[in-house]
Amino acid sequence: MPGKLKAKIVAGRHLPVMDRASDLTDAFVEVKFGNTTFKTDVFPKSLNPQWNSEWFKFEVDDEDLQDEPLQITVLDHDTYSANDAIGKVYIDIDPLLCAEAASVISGWFPIYDTIHGIRGEINVLVKVELFNDLNRFRQSSCGVKFLCTTSIPRGYRAAMVHGFVEELVVNEDPEYQWIDRIRTPRASNEARQRLISLMSGELQRKIGLKVLEMGGNAVVGYLQCFDLEGESGLVVRAIGTACTLEKHSSGSLVNTHTHPNTAPASNACNSPSKDGKESPLAHGCRSTHNSPVHSACSSQRLSQNFSVSVPTLIFTGMGSGGSAGKEAGPLKTLLRQQTQTALEQREFPFFTLTSFPPGFLVHVGGVVSARSVKLLDRIHNPDEPETRDAWWEEIRQEIKSHAKALGCHAVVGYSENTSICEEVCILSASGTATILNPRYMREGCLDIGSTDHRFDDPSPPSCGFCHIPYDELNMPFPAQLTYCYNCRRQKVPDVLFTTIDLPAEAAVTGKGCLIQARLCRLKKKAQGEVNATAISNLLPFMEYELHTQLMNKLKLRSMNALFGLHIQISVGENMLLGLASATGVYLTALPAPGGIQIAGKTSGDLNNEQHIQSIQKRINDTIAKNKELHQINPPELTEEGVGSPIPEPRHRSRLFRSHSESSDEVSELDLSHGKKDAFVLEIDDTDAVEDIHSLLIDASPPTGFYTCNTETMPGIYNWTTAVQMFTSVRVLRLSNANLSNQSLNKIFTDLCENLLKSFYFKLRSNIPCCLCHLNFTVAVPEEELIQVSVTAVAMTFDQDQTQERFITKGGNETEEQLQFPLELCADSSSTNTQTSSKFSGVPENTIVSSRVFLNRSQKPHSVLFFSVCLFFCVLYVFCSLLLFLLLLLCIFGCGLRACVFYFIFCARVLCARVFSPAASVDYGSFADRCSTWLELLRLKAHTIRRGSVKTSRRTQSLAHSVSSLENCSPLTEGRPRSLRSSRSFGGSSVTMVKMTPLSFLPGTRIIKYLGIINMFFIRETTSLREEGGVSGFLHSFIAEVFAMVRAHVAALGGNAVVSYSMKDCVLMENPNKNQAQCLINVSGDAVICVRETDQEPMTSMTNIGQSCTADGAT
Amino acid sequence: MAVELDVFVGNTTIMDEEVYQLWLDGYTVNDAVKVRMAGGVLDECEANQDVLLSDTMDQYRTFQMCERLLQSPAKLANQLLFQIPPHRQTMLIERYYAFDDAFVREVLGKKLSKGTKKDLDDIGAKTGVTLKSCRRQFDNFKRVFKVVEELKGPLVENIRQHFLLSDKLARDYAAIVFFANNRFETGKKKLQYLTFQDFAFCAGQLINNWTVGAVDNMAEDMDVDLDKEFLQELKELKVLITDKDLLDQHKSLVCTALRGKTKAFTEMEANFKNLSRGLVNIATKLTNTKDVRDFFIDLVEKFIEPCRSDRWTSADVKLYLTHYTNSAHILDSFKHQAVWDRYMGVIKSCIFKMYHD
Repeated sequence: MPGKLKAKIVAGRHLPVMDRASDLTDAFVEVKFGNTTFKTDVFPKSLNPQWNSEWFKFEVDDEDLQDEPLQITVLDHDTYSANDAIGKVYIDIDPLLCAEAASVISGWFPIYDTIHGIRGEINVLVKVELFNDLNRFRQSSCGVKFLCTTSIPRGYRAAMVHGFVEELVVNEDPEYQWIDRIRTPRASNEARQRLISLMSGELQRKIGLKVLEMGGNAVVGYLQCFDLEGESGLVVRAIGTACTLEKHSSGSLVNTHTHPNTAPASNACNSPSKDGKESPLAHGCRSTHNSPVHSACSSQRLSQNFSVSVPTLIFTGMGSGGSAGKEAGPLKTLLRQQTQTALEQREFPFFTLTSFPPGFLVHVGGVVSARSVKLLDRIHNPDEPETRDAWWEEIRQEIKSHAKALGCHAVVGYSENTSICEEVCILSASGTATILNPRYMREGCLDIGSTDHRFDDPSPPSCGFCHIPYDELNMPFPAQLTYCYNCRRQKVPDVLFTTIDLPAEAAVTGKGCLIQARLCRLKKKAQGEVNATAISNLLPFMEYELHTQLMNKLKLRSMNALFGLHIQISVGENMLLGLASATGVYLTALPAPGGIQIAGKTSGDLNNEQHIQSIQKRINDTIAKNKELHQINPPELTEEGVGSPIPEPRHRSRLFRSHSESSDEVSELDLSHGKKDAFVLEIDDTDAVEDIHSLLIDASPPTGFYTCNTETMPGIYNWTTAVQMFTSVRVLRLSNANLSNQSLNKIFTDLCENLLKSFYFKLRSNIPCCLCHLNFTVAVPEEELIQVSVTAVAMTFDQDQTQERFITKGGNETEEQLQFPLELCADSSSTNTQTSSKFSGVPENTIVSSRVFLNRSQKPHSVLFFSVCLFFCVLYVFCSLLLFLLLLLCIFGCGLRACVFYFIFCARVLCARVFSPAASVDYGSFADRCSTWLELLRLKAHTIRRGSVKTSRRTQSLAHSVSSLENCSPLTEGRPRSLRSSRSFGGSSVTMVKMTPLSFLPGTRIIKYLGIINMFFIRETTSLREEGGVSGFLHSFIAEVFAMVRAHVAALGGNAVVSYSMKDCVLMENPNKNQAQCLINVSGDAVICVRETDQEPMTSMTNIGQSCTADGAT
Repeated sequence: MAVELDVFVGNTTIMDEEVYQLWLDGYTVNDAVKVRMAGGVLDECEANQDVLLSDTMDQYRTFQMCERLLQSPAKLANQLLFQIPPHRQTMLIERYYAFDDAFVREVLGKKLSKGTKKDLDDIGAKTGVTLKSCRRQFDNFKRVFKVVEELKGPLVENIRQHFLLSDKLARDYAAIVFFANNRFETGKKKLQYLTFQDFAFCAGQLINNWTVGAVDNMAEDMDVDLDKEFLQELKELKVLITDKDLLDQHKSLVCTALRGKTKAFTEMEANFKNLSRGLVNIATKLTNTKDVRDFFIDLVEKFIEPCRSDRWTSADVKLYLTHYTNSAHILDSFKHQAVWDRYMGVIKSCIFKMYHD
């Protein structure tokens, strides 16, 4: 009997009128936990009853405490007929099971009914008395902290990161049980809500057990999802990262003598001073998608299921020959071996975290992702969810092998999701392949003093993560490598894609912005296996196109890295939607991106030439405009003030022109850009025309707005406390049945763009502001519907201070002054470069044109090659299919499915063959080209390298540390800001609860994590018109969900929700029947936060250290 | 291709004051979009008409959902559905209960019944206020009336507490409730020149002086009804006009005081008996509900119009009424000083307000 749950019903208010005759209600309450139910007395004739009940006591196992919610039902007493239900409140008591979290739940909860929505409020008190259970075979896992936040929570340090935990439970969906035919919609919805609540409780308990087994005490980056598989059942699955968290006892200790590796997240900003010995963080990006053999094998295991694992592509974008590296580090190899041993013990070295303590990431390889198409069938035995487990296992194996191919041992920023349409299900997983610092993996290694410096990479933290983790001589895919522009010691790729957040210490030039690739592909309606095959055939093309779009848009913005990349592919009956979102930035360490170059097929046609030129001009103008907008200065100039908000006019005029058709401007060619392979777009190709148009359609945000889908925006630090979280949903009905892919694309793109425009308009009063964590979700709820849901937060910042900071800093820092002479010489050297580029103008020109030619010929060629291969592949498959069919039919009675596997197996092997050449076609053409301009590069590098580049780095890290100090100093900007907030929010009888999808609230410090909020609601209506149509229905439902989340947080004693997300928003409507139903699943972490200026008793040192955390994430 | 659904929900409810006003004024979504476009809101932010339409729809939905709460403003502060900062709540309530003077002038003193509600379209057409806005204003009056009618204690304070209104607005509502309760006639042609604020002032005077609550703050009775006892006592004032000696004495006292102080002296002297008879007759008849309703029209017919036809200035009226009131105190045989003061105090200030030059 390890626990006693006590509940008290205090009062109700604003109840609905249940008795028409008296316009009043005779309310009473049923309190249920497990199978025990208590009732209060009836409080007659009142809309504001005061029950003030006794304490209802439930004596229960802690296992039940974890699984079950406390269920409170408010009813209207009726003497003659059955009592009418007013509504319910489900209270998750999990937060009370954790010693550090909340101790009591007390407050007003909205009474929720799935048909009528919120109907009044009820005041409840809940307490739990836990007895210590020393049973080693226990099934419960009380006390394990769960956090949605995908970083080490503020105020804690990760003593140990244990790694990946996952679990999955399945059940029949009550909506599809036979009994549903005879029960009311309300009963059915409530059964579903209750079941899901139970299942997620069970899931958390099971994951908690795994964590305890591993020796951890918390799950960070907990991500729970529901798969509504319809008739085949209901799946609740979760992944997370098990950690051992320790609360900070003293912040000053951290700042003074802790070893960098034990330094917790809060120390992030202070680290630059330790350049010399600290292991660098790594981020990088490269996305690989190849077709591993093992996934094919794994699919054979599941003999009762149809399964297609999608062949993955190797994205090279602009693959080019890499220059051979001299310093293929022996250090790196050693490091790798060490990490390997630590990580290999684990089945999956995955981490759901997206930002890390300094020193955790060493190198970043790139994005790895895998998708698999499955056919759903009924889950026969809910207690053994093996099928689903096996599916995910297969996908994870594939991810693991991709990461290996990139020379990495771990995958960070890992996430999984599904898209289901009828019986077809696409499972996707993605993450960022990385090399991690082994110290975090070993037991006891984090103790102060026990550190060994063997693996310390000499790279500075601001660029170390960009350095390639793989062997330069044996690259997993063709890529163009250069020496790091920051330290000049190691190789970096030309672009970097990642799914993680920008590391706080990364050196970034200018600001970032949201980059989206959107794609619609029609497919034929089909059933079963044919359908699945069709989808899996489309997927690689979609991935490729999305990638190309991302690459183009990245270049158009003159950036070279993507963070927080999230690619969603959603399946509908007759189309597939793809949406890739990421935040583009210019990493100082990476080479400047080449421009985009337009080429026509026929060079003789004069009209054509002019057309091309005009497009080229538009593109170049856009690039120039974007550079200015995002304050991106060429990296060679960073010495003159990194992130300086005002680019000097001289630089602006020297903007890149990739193609010098207008030869009078040849002299302006900037070597640093022109040389890097410009992306060639051929406009004779209809696809390319489309590409170009979609490129130019994307409007940049209006003045005063910035956008990103990561935690914060590089280049903005001085947030005010004003945050506005919002959710927006838009559904578009395609009236025209015969749409082409292109027009569909246009519609989809417009939909997303218009949504953004709407946000700008609505939030215009918040200017200057940044829309952070823009999270787009697409779905195809019905045949001709496209649904896009967005959750994001608008954060206001102080524009003036950015500039002020630079000014004041100049005065304070003596080191800064020391920089001046160096800057001067850097300046002169860059001028030198300029001249040299002028000289090289003419040969450059020829190189460019020859490249155009090569590229032009490649594309059709590769496509042809590809289709031929496909043809053969199909033939081959057919033959083998027939053969096998016969063979298998003889041996087994039912060999059809197995045949299909074979089919897939072959197809994939073939596709792999097809893809690898296709992707690396232009490899050869680069060889000779490279040699020519490599020389030029080297020439240039000579002039710049010594002195200037190093200086730039130092200036940068300095700027960063200073800015963070100033920013969080409680005595300067902190006070007026917080005063403002207290004025506007004081005096309400309802606690203001702030919500944000980010892991922090600007201007505040989180002092306590109260527990995870994980809620699932269903709302249904049979009077859609009366509720204002679907929009009215959903609008009030979303508002109700917000209200319920806020009420739960307030009842836990919290005042904010961080890492909030809306996982699901499934809307079904039938306007003809005047009906609609919607399911929403939200999650987040309830916290108590205080203004930065509060709780002064701590030393100022601590204060700075901790608020740095907030800053670090910016 | 059509937008099937389009919603935007903020954790802190986003409300644009301009759109709120358009909604209150009863504009349809499309009209509101036109007005906003004309207002140049699009220039602020690079937006187009679709964006504006979507925004307007969102806001209108929010307001509609809020309307239920605005009807019992106390709920707005402790409801959980919308997170609205307190100062915004105050703004929402204040604006929701604001009304058009032109509209309120039309319904002032009318019974707040279904019958009147049916006539709202006519009133709307006459005043240029949209029907929707008329309905909201009318329903507000009715709601406040219903709640306050049964409550004890000071009227203005009750309104302010129950509807969380500002002092000014609460006073106006008190006037409206008072007029509706006593059904004062305000619609006659002769009264057309009076504004709502004139009447509101008079109502304030009546509430503060002639109701039960006016005499005794702790009175258990209400502020909305006139003090019946007082109205009975007013009958005693009749002696001022029925007793010929007293009337002459009163006249001579007033004339002595006024002589040489005004140009209109001759007219005052000539009209004294008429005017005095008028005012005292009004007082004595107030026990009849019918005559209470005609209170304002009587004031105009019996006093203001004769004075105006004689071209008295406001100062003249003031002077005359002051002496007229004060002289009564000197009359030895006149015993009803207290009632006289209570009566004339209100009459005096009402006439000052109602006498437009």
